[in-house]
This record gives sequence, structure tokens and C-alpha cells, in this order.
Amino acid sequence: MTVEAPRGSNADARPARAAIVDADIHNTWPEPAALDLYLPARWRRLRAQLGERIHAGAQYPRLNPAAARTDAWPPGGGLPGSSLELMREQLLDRWSVEHGILNPLLEAGELLNLEYGAAFARAINDWQVAEWLEPEPRLRASITVPYEDAQLAVAEVERLTDDRRFVQVLLASRTLEPLGRRRYWPLYAAAEAADLPIGIHFGGAGGFPTTAAGLPSFYFEEHAGMATAFQDQLTSLVFEGVFERFPKLRVVLVEGGFAWLLPLMWRLDRTWRMLGDELPHVTRPPSQVIRERVYLTTQPIEEPPHPEFLARLLDRMDMDDRLLFATDYPHWDFDAPDRALPAGLGGARRDRMLRGNARALYRFG
Amino acid sequence: MEQLVSHLPPHWRAVVSETGFRGPYVPTQPPGAPTVCAPRFARADGAAEGSEPGHITDVLDRWSADLGILCCDYAVEGIRNPDAAAALATAVNDWLLETWLPADDRFRASIVLPIAQPEAAAAEIDRLAGHPRVVQALLPVRSAAPYGDRRYLPVFEAAARAGLAIGLRWGGNPGNPPTGTGWPSYFAEEHAGMPAVYQTQLLSLIAEGVFERFDDLRLALLGSGFSWLPPFVWRLDKEWRGMRREVPWVSRPPSRLIAEHVRIALQPIDAPATELGAVLDELPADDLLMFCTDHPRWQFDADEDALPDAIPEPRRARIADANARAFYRLP
Repeated sequence: MTVEAPRGSNADARPARAAIVDADIHNTWPEPAALDLYLPARWRRLRAQLGERIHAGAQYPRLNPAAARTDAWPPGGGLPGSSLELMREQLLDRWSVEHGILNPLLEAGELLNLEYGAAFARAINDWQVAEWLEPEPRLRASITVPYEDAQLAVAEVERLTDDRRFVQVLLASRTLEPLGRRRYWPLYAAAEAADLPIGIHFGGAGGFPTTAAGLPSFYFEEHAGMATAFQDQLTSLVFEGVFERFPKLRVVLVEGGFAWLLPLMWRLDRTWRMLGDELPHVTRPPSQVIRERVYLTTQPIEEPPHPEFLARLLDRMDMDDRLLFATDYPHWDFDAPDRALPAGLGGARRDRMLRGNARALYRFG
Repeated sequence: MEQLVSHLPPHWRAVVSETGFRGPYVPTQPPGAPTVCAPRFARADGAAEGSEPGHITDVLDRWSADLGILCCDYAVEGIRNPDAAAALATAVNDWLLETWLPADDRFRASIVLPIAQPEAAAAEIDRLAGHPRVVQALLPVRSAAPYGDRRYLPVFEAAARAGLAIGLRWGGNPGNPPTGTGWPSYFAEEHAGMPAVYQTQLLSLIAEGVFERFDDLRLALLGSGFSWLPPFVWRLDKEWRGMRREVPWVSRPPSRLIAEHVRIALQPIDAPATELGAVLDELPADDLLMFCTDHPRWQFDADEDALPDAIPEPRRARIADANARAFYRLP
């Protein structure tokens, strides 16, 4: 379906500024029981008995309740990100968001009971339609899938393919196996057939320690080390030949920053040159493949000691058309559209990052 | 193992002879991989390059090196039997000190540690502390827990006490996967992914306050590359400003701690030649890099690429000499 230009409840109060696209918004339920409405009775019962069984190895006291901005708690109660009204006020209207992409981080893909995970993912997607996409035409959503079982995940993508308000399939930066492995290929085939990018969001747990050196002690390490899993996932996707096997597949790395990518591209090219015998299916230099097929959201943006380092990095990376601005609303490390991008980037580049690139990727008219 | 047997105590000598135990199997260093021994270094006599002191003497001669630090990355961490791991670590170190160091006055040694048992690792450091030609203790960059974890404190304490640098070497076989997202299919992924493990270890040592606790601690990253460091440090400094409440003992920005405590072996130079200037510019300290050949690994195609012209003086001269002398406290 085609959705008309957005008009939120507070449209008149919007400040006059150029519209942006926000590529990463986290909506959630006011309280967990709100999802029960969308779950079949059998799974409601099981949920009441056992809760959500996931790999829960990396638990830390965080800096803020619900990892949220302190002002993002709805006055009427409920979790940050659960009130559409407050989201309109603090995000959609406040920052003239023409389209915002909802990435609910509700762990359906991590559930160990795969059938429950499939039911949970369906419930989340139905909840998104009923409570977010229907009432607010500026919003778009990622499809939540039980990604550790390709068959179940593909079925969920196919169920929703015709609703074009779903613009992406959502995976996590930590999974049971590296995302290039064969078990995930049917999902890529389905995403490609549906013309949907794959979004890989920071987080998740596949059951192994969260780093190659075991489990860290602090949330600081979890957060500051976010790019390590992204590096591993991207390396896997490239070296398994996923981009060759699925020539129209596009991948978006969400909430990992982006400055780490340039040295990784050098590293992958170098490794490919030295160890290419092992990778006959990788037919072009990895950096070329990445430049064509990989997108990244900007938040939480890296802040070098001299802002011009970032502009220089973008010049060298040559991926201006692949970076998507994101706020991460309502989380504590929110990037504000007027402040997060450093001065000196140039107007055309800012425009592309704030709106143009996302419009093209997600086919916003 | 033939060379190590005579350095093992009788019990382990008997085990080796009765069971055929061959020591650790090391999937992260397949001996035939071109990255492990560059094709141009393959020996006509069929011996593994680097397997005899004379091979390394030739390398030092070729580079007119005053001193050379031996980094034998024998993977004792892969042996689960704690007594076997400790006995093997001791045997490797004694073998190195007794058969390698006498062969060339220029050699300096790094020792290996049974790191799965931090107390035994600390005891091994204590045993060799004060040896005038031991300059470093090696830890594999892959580990069961991040090295900042408090279980490893005795190791860093012993290293600080003995005045030894800690060298994080490439690879390792701790049993858990080489990524935070499971086991990759290809050796190429492990190869490309190793810098991310160095990032994790650096972050852990900073976050846990190990550099604050041991003001004297010196950490060398060996084989890590360095082009990833600037963006990584941007990230760390920013996150530290926002999150230091959780780690209040981290008293200075991570970039400062790295500048003060960490040095990086020059190879691999993991940026294209045209990018090297910008990378050097953005490193958190001028004297961060130390010349190395990483022989016989495939790190460069021609000798003149080992210390490229693209690195300007005076930085170039310091990389060639002064930085490592200061870091390892060499004459």
C-alpha cells in the first residue's frame, strides 16, 4: 500500500525545518502484558509460566532506567518508547521526521523455543500494525523474525510482504552463528525477493560469550565495544559470499557507528588478497562489495578530537550515499539531528545523511 | 615436542613417551598458511623457517638489528590439563632460555604463560623474574575472559613486579569462539577479525582500571595492526565521557591511557600506502609504533616495505629504534 505524506497530531506545532528520516526508533509496550492481546492462548499461558527464555549472559546495571532519556517516561505511565503521543511530541513533530523506522528490541529472535519465538514475532508485528503503523502514517517498521530458524523466519517475512509499511527485516549483531553462514541464507533469499533490506541492530545473544575474549564486566565495555560484533558479522557476510549469492540484497548496520568501517575495508581487502584461495566465491575486493551493498546508521556517532577528522574519514570512505541518520529515540544516547553531525561536513552531504539516502534505500516516494 | 622433552619433569616425560602426546594443536596458526610463513621465506632445506636460532640470526643480520625480541607463540593455553599446561609453559621457557639465547647475544626473550590458571602464570613470571634477557610475557589475544577481569590481576601484578612488558600476541585457543557471534567458517575470517579481539582486550584493560592499578604496566600489541586504533579511540573517549560513572577508577581519557601504557608492533601495516599519513596523524601518540619484521609471517612483499618511506622523519627513526628501546627498557 502507499502511504500519504505524514501528518501527526501536533503537526501545526512543528518548527519550520527541513524534514528528516530517522532510521532507528525503539518503540516498546507500556508493560509486557500489552503483547498478550496479540498472542494465541497457548503462548499466553506459557509466557505467564516461563517468561521469555533467552541467552542472558551479558547483564549489567546500566546508567539509566530502561537505558532511556530521563525525559522519555510517558507522564501517563508505561515504559519509554511506549507512548505514541510522547513520541510525536519529542521526536516526530519536534524534529520534523517525515519517516521514522521502528525497530522494537523485544527479543523474539533470541527465544530458545523457536515456535514460541515465531508466535512472539508475529505478535510483535501485528502489534506494530495495530498500535503504531495504523495511527501514525509517518512511521515505518522492521519485521521482527525468529531468525535462528530460517523456515519460520521466511514464513513471517512472506506473511507481511504485501504491507509496504514494513521496510526491513530485523536481525541482531550477535547471533548463534555468524550471519554469513548457510543457516541464514533462506532468509536473505526471502528478503531479496520482497525487496527488503536486512537490518542488523546492535545487541542479541546467541549463547556464546559476547566477545571473542569472553564476557566483559561492565556495560561501558558492552556499549563502547559495540562495533566488534558488527565487524565480525560484516566479515562473515562478505567472506561467505552472501552478496555474490544474493545480488540484490542490501544490508543496514544499525546502531554501531561507522568510523570503524574504513580500516575494516582495508583489512578485508588485504586478507582477501593473501588468503583468497579459501574464498573462491568472493569474486571482487571486499571494499567494493561493501561500498555497493552496505548501509550504516550514524548513531551513536564517533566524536574524534578534531571534528575535521570525521569529514576527512568520510572523504576517504567514499560512502556518502550509504549513511543514514538515526536518533535511537528514546534511549539515553540519543543523537539530535541538529547537533550530532559535526560542522564542516558540507550541506549536500548532510542532506544525504539526514534524508536522501534513507529515502532511496527504503523507497520512500 | 622432541626438543621440549628434555626440559619436562620425569612425570611429563613419561606421559609424552607413553601416550604420544604431541603438545597443543593450533588451528589459528596452520603451518602451511601463507600468512603464517610467507611463501618467499620458505626454506630450500625443508625446515620450518624460524625453527632454528640461525634462521633468526640471519634476519637480524639482514636488518642490521642491534637486538631482536623472540616471540614464540607456543599455544599452551589450548591444553586443558592444568598441570600439563604449566609444565609445558615452563619447558618452552627453559628451552628458549637455554638453547636460543646463547646462540646470539642480540636475542631477547618473551616467555609463555599457562594463562588458564592465573596463579600458575604469575608463578612462572616470578620464576624467571630478574633474568636479564627476558623482556616480555606473552598472552594470546583470544582468551576465556577479557584480561581486565579480576581473575588475571596476579599476572599483571607479577609482570609489574618483574618489570616485564605484557605482549598480546595474535591468535589463541581458549575454547570459546573467535567472535562474539559464534564460529566462523573460514580461516580468513579469523585473520580479518583478530583486530576486533585486540579492541576488546584493550577496552577491558582500560575499563577495569588495570593501567591505573599498575602504573608501571606496559602493554605491547603484537600483530594487531593499528589502522583501527583512531576510530576505536574516538569511540572510547566519547563513551568514557558519557559513562565514566560506572568505572570511576578510570581517571583519564582512554586515549591518554593508551598513549602512556601501550605500544604497537609496526607490522602489519594495515592501511594502504596512500592512507598511511592520515592514520599516523590520527594515532593518539607519536611514539606508539615499534619496528618489527614479524618474521616469517607474510606482512610485506619486499624488505623495503617493512619501514615504508611514507613514514616521515623523525617518526621513522624513532619507530626503527628508540620507541622499542624505551618501552622494553633495552640498553
